[in-house]
Amino acid sequence: MSHAGAQRGFVRTWVLSTDHKVVGIQYLVASASMLLFGGLLAMAMRWQLAWPWTEMPILGKLLFPATGRVISPAFYTSLFTMHGTAMVFFAILPLLTGAFGNFLIPLLVGAPDMAFPRLNAASFWILLFAMGLFLAGFFVEGGAASAGWTSYPPLATLPSAAPGSGSGQTLWLLAIVVSGVASILNALNAVVTVVKMRVPGLTWMRLPLTVWGLFVAAALVLAALPVLTAGGVLQLADRWIGTAFYTPMGLMVNQFAPDAAGATGGVPLLWQHLFWFYSHPAVYVMVLPAMGMVSDILAVNARKPVFGYRPMVWAIVAIAGLGLIVWGHHMFTSGMGLEIGRAFMISTMLIALPSAVKTFNWVATIWGGRIRLTAAMCFVLGFVALFVIGGLSGIWLAATPVDVYLHDTMLVVAHFHYIVFGGTVMAVFGALHHWFPKMTGRALSENLGRVHCAGTFVALNCVFLPMHQLGIAGMIRRTADPNVYALYQHLEPLNRFVTWSAFALMAWQVLFLVNVVWSLRSGTRVGRNPWQGTTLEWEAPSPPGHGNFDRDLVVECGPYEYGDAAGEHDWRPQARGGRPGVDPTASRS
Amino acid sequence: MRHLAAALIVILTAAVIVLFAVSPGQGWWLPPAASTIARPIDALFDGILVTAAVGFVLVMALLTWAVWRGASPRADRARSVHGHLGLELGWTAAIGAVLVTVALAQLPTWAALRDTAAMPAGGATATVLAQQFAWRFGYAGDDGVLGTPDDIEAASELVLPAGEPVLLTLRSRDVIHSFFVPALRVKQDVVPGRAIPLWFTIERPGTYELVCAELCGLGHYAMAGRVRAIPRGEYDAWLAQQSRARLSTGVEDRR
Repeated sequence: MSHAGAQRGFVRTWVLSTDHKVVGIQYLVASASMLLFGGLLAMAMRWQLAWPWTEMPILGKLLFPATGRVISPAFYTSLFTMHGTAMVFFAILPLLTGAFGNFLIPLLVGAPDMAFPRLNAASFWILLFAMGLFLAGFFVEGGAASAGWTSYPPLATLPSAAPGSGSGQTLWLLAIVVSGVASILNALNAVVTVVKMRVPGLTWMRLPLTVWGLFVAAALVLAALPVLTAGGVLQLADRWIGTAFYTPMGLMVNQFAPDAAGATGGVPLLWQHLFWFYSHPAVYVMVLPAMGMVSDILAVNARKPVFGYRPMVWAIVAIAGLGLIVWGHHMFTSGMGLEIGRAFMISTMLIALPSAVKTFNWVATIWGGRIRLTAAMCFVLGFVALFVIGGLSGIWLAATPVDVYLHDTMLVVAHFHYIVFGGTVMAVFGALHHWFPKMTGRALSENLGRVHCAGTFVALNCVFLPMHQLGIAGMIRRTADPNVYALYQHLEPLNRFVTWSAFALMAWQVLFLVNVVWSLRSGTRVGRNPWQGTTLEWEAPSPPGHGNFDRDLVVECGPYEYGDAAGEHDWRPQARGGRPGVDPTASRS
Repeated sequence: MRHLAAALIVILTAAVIVLFAVSPGQGWWLPPAASTIARPIDALFDGILVTAAVGFVLVMALLTWAVWRGASPRADRARSVHGHLGLELGWTAAIGAVLVTVALAQLPTWAALRDTAAMPAGGATATVLAQQFAWRFGYAGDDGVLGTPDDIEAASELVLPAGEPVLLTLRSRDVIHSFFVPALRVKQDVVPGRAIPLWFTIERPGTYELVCAELCGLGHYAMAGRVRAIPRGEYDAWLAQQSRARLSTGVEDRR
């Protein structure tokens, strides 16, 4: 890649390329930028929750000159709306399916590229366009969308309902629809690549769990995302051409009667069903690839096979399957009937089972291992510990009567941040340390990585653990000022502690940026296989050139041949020898 | 290194236990319960907490030991164990049994909340009308029928009799709101276009804060109300007095 870069110049190498590795890195840079941006929005929210309506020092003058240097109630609603949307749709999902999906799938299945390289590049550029639409919301009259990342009508659909429900909401919807198109194209590419482009000998039951996680997540996107995308188009139709899919009769919203405009007769709950039909599975799209990468990194660094490979595969498939029928648990308080509530409760309890089974398998994987505490390993061990907390707090939320109390409280915020930050983001940091050498030819600093990991682990627990207490005490989410209620006033010290911890967590991430910048220039140069891994990506040069592999590969064993039975060393690569002249696209399981 | 890694997991485990142990004393906990439904809900909450705590400590202990032991310097190789069917089936069955138990344990409480057969017939009823960013309440007037011109209206404070089942009908005139009274452990979204029934029994007289729990716009944070529960006798007197006051001012119902 660097060789070609010298010949072709920066623009053709890094901007116009259709190489899956370049597209993956483009996704990585764009979505990591959104992660940083979403984090900054969260800092502003935490400021407000600790010191409501207080002038923000220095920044207040720059950011909120019109509202007396304080965050206005309207802007606060935009803050959490844009934070949630940025993180889910433009940071975490593209980090996994876009960045790691594109970079890793061809390398792990031994393919020279994705099945449709130009479609692959197109899906990135479409997503980038969606990000532009999303960010443009901050610059229109009324401000950015403010109806929550869930965008419930009629608050979202009627411009009179909220300042951000004007042009800001239209841009938000366009961004979601366009990013939906990008994600569907990307998922299609991932599925076809895994099905059609595995090298000879790489049967389904020899695929690394990273590939399983990415493959099943892509299949889940194909199954569910069209529903949300179509639902978004319906919301746009409500705004643009006077339909009323989501607006019921007889409303009077801020002195505006939709009946008079002739557009009523719809059902607000329809949107909730369409939204959660994808947006709950989206959680699994965000966590299944992470689970796969965690499994692989644990095995490499414990020098021991993944415990229970087949149960792990079936658990991934079961989570995805059940993930399609649990969306109603977001709607237990919507007026849901007795029987349908029971059905969603049972499916939600069931989905906890494969997740818990995976946790026990991870512990069994490292049990009796010869553990190397690389920075990557530290992060994925952190993932396991934090995923357990996020999973256990989910039981409260699956139990319908308890959920009725906890729904829309800070406990829900704690729960999903343990899964998405404690889980997925920790796994992403681990995966970056693990595969950075393959991406760049240089390793990240291990010591700086470990320090970054330890501090992040401590700080994120200080942020999200006390949020459980806030929620149990009944503090609702999306409130701009908890002190309005006497019930929440004694929670102020806890809220301030959370805010200070959040600032520390954010500041600590500078270490990672420093590590990346320093390592790109001065990191240790590595060979093909710095971690003595068994899987196919380590057969390629670091970084791999266009086309990835410089010899034909044939797979002759599973992905986790580590330990005393592995042969001469404590590991046995999946690929040996290689038969010249074999068409890699001709592989069949 | 392994000392630090193991220590971090142990510290996390201890921190979780200590935090949850001190929270009730600090008031960082479920507010004092004031409705009959709160008892089974709180019992479920506690039961799940204890179950989760056992699972948490177990997994953290295993994880700590595996890291501590596994990262100690040793020259020999790990055993190439690929799995164990018995273990796999064992923990699947054990976790499954726990989840089934939790699922079964909460069925009666969910039914008490949502089964329309459990809906009180007769007794006190009131309507709740949510709008950006205020609560309004309606009671039947002298004719005893809701939705007639002699209805009594009140804002901000919902007065209800204590010690008996009450039935509310929730409506919204603009966006989705949510009727949340933490002390009563009830929360019900108020969805425009629908009239949603909600019932509960307040155990003891008192004033309980009413919170809007569903984002309803820029004033969502301030959409506060109160539920005031009073003995039946006082409630009847209050209703009669409200009815007289309405007649004397001649306020028309304009909903």
